Amino acid sequence: MSFVLVQVIVGGLLLGAVYALFSSGLTLVWGMMNIVNFAHGDFVMLGMYVAYVVYTLMGGGPILGAPLATLVLATVGVVVYFALIRGIMKGPMLAQILGTFGLALLLRYSVFWWFGANFLSMPPNIVGGTYAFAGLRIEASRLLAGVVALLVTLGLHLLLTRTSLGSKMLAVAEDQTAAQLMGIRPDTMQAIAWAIAAGATGLAGALIANFFYIVPTVGETLGIVAFVTVSLGGFGSVPGALVAGLLIGVIESLSGYLIGAIYKDIVVYVLFLLFLSFRPQGLMGKM
Amino acid sequence: MNLKHVTGLLCAAAMSLVLAAGAQAEDKVVKIGVILPMSGGTASIGAHAKAALEVATDIVNNAHPELGNLPLAKNAGLAGLGGAKIEVVIADNQGNPATGQNQALRLITEDKVAAVFGAYQSGITLTSSAIAEKYGIPYLNSESVAANLTERGFKWFFRTTPIATDFAKAYVDFLADMKAAGAKTDAIALVHDNTEYGTSVANTIAGAFKEKGQPVALDVAYPVNATDVQGQVLQLKDKKPDVIIMISYTSDAILFAKTMQSLDYKPAILLADDAGYSDPSFIKAVGKISQGVFNRSSWAVGPSGSPSAIIADMYKKKSGEEMDDTVGRQMQGFFVLADAIDRAGSTDPAKIQAALKATDLKPEQLMMGYKGVKFDDKGQNVLASGLIIQLQDGENYTAVWPKANAEKPPVLPYKGW
Repeated sequence: MSFVLVQVIVGGLLLGAVYALFSSGLTLVWGMMNIVNFAHGDFVMLGMYVAYVVYTLMGGGPILGAPLATLVLATVGVVVYFALIRGIMKGPMLAQILGTFGLALLLRYSVFWWFGANFLSMPPNIVGGTYAFAGLRIEASRLLAGVVALLVTLGLHLLLTRTSLGSKMLAVAEDQTAAQLMGIRPDTMQAIAWAIAAGATGLAGALIANFFYIVPTVGETLGIVAFVTVSLGGFGSVPGALVAGLLIGVIESLSGYLIGAIYKDIVVYVLFLLFLSFRPQGLMGKM
Repeated sequence: MNLKHVTGLLCAAAMSLVLAAGAQAEDKVVKIGVILPMSGGTASIGAHAKAALEVATDIVNNAHPELGNLPLAKNAGLAGLGGAKIEVVIADNQGNPATGQNQALRLITEDKVAAVFGAYQSGITLTSSAIAEKYGIPYLNSESVAANLTERGFKWFFRTTPIATDFAKAYVDFLADMKAAGAKTDAIALVHDNTEYGTSVANTIAGAFKEKGQPVALDVAYPVNATDVQGQVLQLKDKKPDVIIMISYTSDAILFAKTMQSLDYKPAILLADDAGYSDPSFIKAVGKISQGVFNRSSWAVGPSGSPSAIIADMYKKKSGEEMDDTVGRQMQGFFVLADAIDRAGSTDPAKIQAALKATDLKPEQLMMGYKGVKFDDKGQNVLASGLIIQLQDGENYTAVWPKANAEKPPVLPYKGW
């Protein structure tokens, strides 16, 4: 019994790391320019499809798929920024919500049209098998996603706090006009932020594709988790998303195992709402 | 105005008359409203169904003498309505019962369809058929298996597929046979989602086993379109049931297969209740790690040159997919509806309803392995039946039970990967 419990907690931590990984892009975009990207889940979906295409065309595993997905999505991020975001940022809040929501549907149905509605899947064990020690089983693909999640979170955090690029980005986030007076181009900084955020999301998608199914609507399933993770961690906080992701993963799998899967979402969301009512800024967010 | 002009005008007038007459014949169409999941987590099912209905419409609207006894195949269009063509109006239920209901309303009041066909998910068939009932429009369902759908006292609802109670009985008998052959089948676990389909089918199966004095040992319910099922698989691994019966749509079926492999868990017998496990994309995605899973079906391709084999070919050309049980039941249901409209000789709802009630199709007039089509007072096809199939090689299902219909004997235990 206690033995299975360890497996449940380990599984929850690995799942949580993945939640954190695909949430970091969402929190970054919010932190930089106060935009909630409703197309976020569909960016994850695009990353998954890029990884799948790379696999089917070139037979490459995650070593080839993950960097390519990062690059493609970073490009998509920049294009989306200049074609859509820059315009709607000047508009009312509703335009921002509907703009990114429209983008989500555009991406989803473009993929529908091109790939069809069928479920796709990477071959089993594409990353490597499952490690078993002392009765504990850890899938290599989930472990890889978990480790990368930690590295990406750390990397983004260092970038924002320790580099001049990060300082410039934060300056734009604080006060665009002042930053411009200091010779920083807000456009460039925000485009870079979108490239980084979308790139991280593409990377997440490519890594998740190794152990999840791939379908045009997968963004719906994953997108909701990203929003919960980001608001629990604190909008705009990258380390907050990591802690929140791990917490949600563990709570989900513990309640799923102990109380029953049908109740696990209720447990997660009750705790989530209770927490937010006491601390609306989230774990590590600023008021 | 000289003679030339007059002749010209006369010619034009004659031509427009001919054109108008032609247009009129062309206009003579019977609209059938179709509600399907074209988006959402089961969109792959909707895409396959759309291709299947295109093939079915082709068979009805054009002459296909090669299809033998199949009603409406021989001549073009509906003979009973002067060769009128059938037109399918597809509406997307988005996997959502409320949307399905709105779409039924739109099809009936705006598109003025003669009948409604749909809606795949039992929960959506439940809501959308209530609208058809209210407006007095015939509703034909070909694939939803929740038992309660035909227990509502509806007058306009007809269902051609075998239902949960038929299959629950088949599962009980099948497992009894496996037990007689030496397999351990004492502890049974049900794994199902929380939709109308998942909960009602699970209840029906649990009831059937209880009646036989073998109550279900473990009931694992999970929310549909789950992001993770590790907890559920570990629960099963912990309790070690002999038999697992899976009642899941495609997304969750794939996730369960992957998670069972990564946690190295195999029951002795894995029996699936159609749905996700019949989706060709399930087999492509995880068939190789689900070898030996049992499933139910009413579809068998038959010898080459037989109507069912020809239809399977047409479907493959249209969709690029192998024919499966779900699309087969959908096409069959559609033919039954078209045949009723043909016999009604009218698009008047009451006449179509009367024709549906009078339906009496023989096995040789069907593409599916039913014993026939004949509706009882509740609208359920009492001659629907099916068999158990097994994914022995991870690529194609083979009929394994009952013995009379088996192509190969069942292989135990569940192999997995």
